[in-house]
Amino acid sequence: MVATATATRTNPSLGMKILVIEDDREAAAYLVKGLEESGYVVDHAATGPDGLFLASTQPYDALVVDRMLPGMDGLTIVETLRQQGRNMPVLILSAMGEVDDRVKGLKAGGDDYLAKPYAFAELLARLEAVLRRGHTGQPTTRLAVGDLEMDLLGRAVRRRGQAIDLLPREFRLLECLMRHAGQVVTRTMLLEKVWDYHFDPQTNVIDVHVSRLRQKIDRGFDKPLLHTVRGAGYCLREPA
Amino acid sequence: MSPRNALRTTTFRLALAYLAIFVASSATLLGFIYWATSGAIDRESEQIIEAELTGLREQYRQWGVVGLVRVIEERSKGDRADDMRYLVAGPRFERVTGNLSAWPPELRDRRGLVEFPLKVRVGDRQEARQTMAMAFDLPNGFRLLVGRDMKERSEFRERVLGAIAWSLALTLAFGLAGGYWVSRHLMRRVDAINRTSSGIRAGDLQQRVPVTGKGDEFDQLALNLNAMLDQIERLMSGMRQVTANVAHDMRTPLNRLRARLEVTLIEKPDEARYREAIQETIDEADRIIATFNAMLSIAEAESGAKTESMARTELPPLVDQIAELYEPLAEEKGLALSVEHAGRAVARADHHLLSQAVANLLDNAIKYTPSGGSVTVRTAETAKGAEITVADTGPGIPAESREAVLARFVRLEQSRSTPGNGLGLSLVQAVARMHGADLLLEDNAPGLRVTLRFAAVANGRSTAK
Repeated sequence: MVATATATRTNPSLGMKILVIEDDREAAAYLVKGLEESGYVVDHAATGPDGLFLASTQPYDALVVDRMLPGMDGLTIVETLRQQGRNMPVLILSAMGEVDDRVKGLKAGGDDYLAKPYAFAELLARLEAVLRRGHTGQPTTRLAVGDLEMDLLGRAVRRRGQAIDLLPREFRLLECLMRHAGQVVTRTMLLEKVWDYHFDPQTNVIDVHVSRLRQKIDRGFDKPLLHTVRGAGYCLREPA
Repeated sequence: MSPRNALRTTTFRLALAYLAIFVASSATLLGFIYWATSGAIDRESEQIIEAELTGLREQYRQWGVVGLVRVIEERSKGDRADDMRYLVAGPRFERVTGNLSAWPPELRDRRGLVEFPLKVRVGDRQEARQTMAMAFDLPNGFRLLVGRDMKERSEFRERVLGAIAWSLALTLAFGLAGGYWVSRHLMRRVDAINRTSSGIRAGDLQQRVPVTGKGDEFDQLALNLNAMLDQIERLMSGMRQVTANVAHDMRTPLNRLRARLEVTLIEKPDEARYREAIQETIDEADRIIATFNAMLSIAEAESGAKTESMARTELPPLVDQIAELYEPLAEEKGLALSVEHAGRAVARADHHLLSQAVANLLDNAIKYTPSGGSVTVRTAETAKGAEITVADTGPGIPAESREAVLARFVRLEQSRSTPGNGLGLSLVQAVARMHGADLLLEDNAPGLRVTLRFAAVANGRSTAK
């Protein structure tokens, strides 16, 4: 449902080539199907060596790599690819969700790390985020989505020329959403990117923060920018 | 335990080594006594012989051969005749007088002290006696021999050698018996421990190593082992409890999940209804995953293997950040959330897990405090150490239930209408234990006050890590 919802949007990642390296056939099948439904072109490798071979010989826009693989560890694949100078974004999947494992995964050259069991929507959002990151290398001082503008240096936000007064955390939250404009940003991603927490706060505190931000940026404007994507997270996007 | 095993023990081997050292040292000591004493006897004999010779020479000088012969004859019959030997002989070694029948061949050409076995008549039989003797040529071709029977020395030697042999034999016998006895005695104690541990391995965790009450090192060992076994038993029963709780708390949502799918399948096919059911199922699965993750976090904190991630942490910024995360939630609920800092509270902490623990405390406080109440988070540097306190004006926890709420899956509210998995405080407790911190649940009159009190951090370590 989420997958189709994302796919029906004009997805800039549409048609991008993804390689999934995952040994669990069933999980891989779901993943491939889900990604294809979302508009990606997907290849699948079931072992480490196969995955490394495909990734080193074919052009992929991104990889989704399981950590525990027969034949070769997922982290080794990523390290080897990085040594070969292949810099496509990599999303690491793992059954180990501890902070130390996450750090290991990122150190090996992964761009993001997702612990199993994960929600497909979460994976999709993170994949989109790492794909987009690959394209924008320039440091920006200004962000804009529709008539909403953010001046990163002056720390000022305006909508349709009208100044919006934000608290520091609201500013950081909005900055994160604007940097991922048009993409789904999950609650976990917001908690990680804005607060740097990697745990599950039992109550959904993020929802409250987002609804406050929404009040400030969308209230009094006919076209809302900040949307809730059911079962996934939030999306800040220009009105169609 | 079989006698053969007692011989194979470390104790017995040690006893043997000890015995060998003891035997060697006593043999050396007795040998030295033997050597010194028999040397002293030799020297005494030499002195006697030389004194006799000097005396006899003096006699000869004064009275000539006749005088010498008379003195020798006297002395040969005197009270010292038993162990002294005298002989005066002519130029061709023919006997003149003395208590020897012939000039011994050993002394024909040699001068000075000579020791040799001499045949003497004792009663009516010949006997070879070790004798020390010295010959002296008189100016007129006569010869004089003075000797001493070394029987005394031989007897002494025999006695000492006998004593050495006996004492070594007795030492060996006592040493072996003692070593055997000690090792059997120790083996009995060790066997008791072995029996207990094999009993435990066989599945009876109730067994304990017997304590004799002597307060010796074996009792100490037994007490330590028993304390360890107590701890293991506690952990095991805790684990059983948790497993039972997990089974129960997981079965309920899984059952719900299954029932929902089953009912949906029975119902008339309807896409909208299907979608709704699937979404509900996903939500339920997410809750189950969240519970699992919470259990993993607890396990992570309890494993205590994260000591390397512990660093000197300033508590006020950590608390500020969490409070900032929860502030809108409190406001939404009509609660006044305030943060206070007294001093620069510092503790050795794992930033991530401690943040999670404080988040859980705040989450609970906000969840259970009714609208219009207040929640206060406070850090303080006290004489006892740094503290983080979360106080609310909610219903609080009755004193008798304060211990219970720390256990996993325990929720005081029977209806379980508020969301939560009953793991929040368990995680806080696990994190507190991992940090060596005290977790205090107190009455805030009204409400609950939870305090995490850390051990003081030495100032010298301020730059470490």
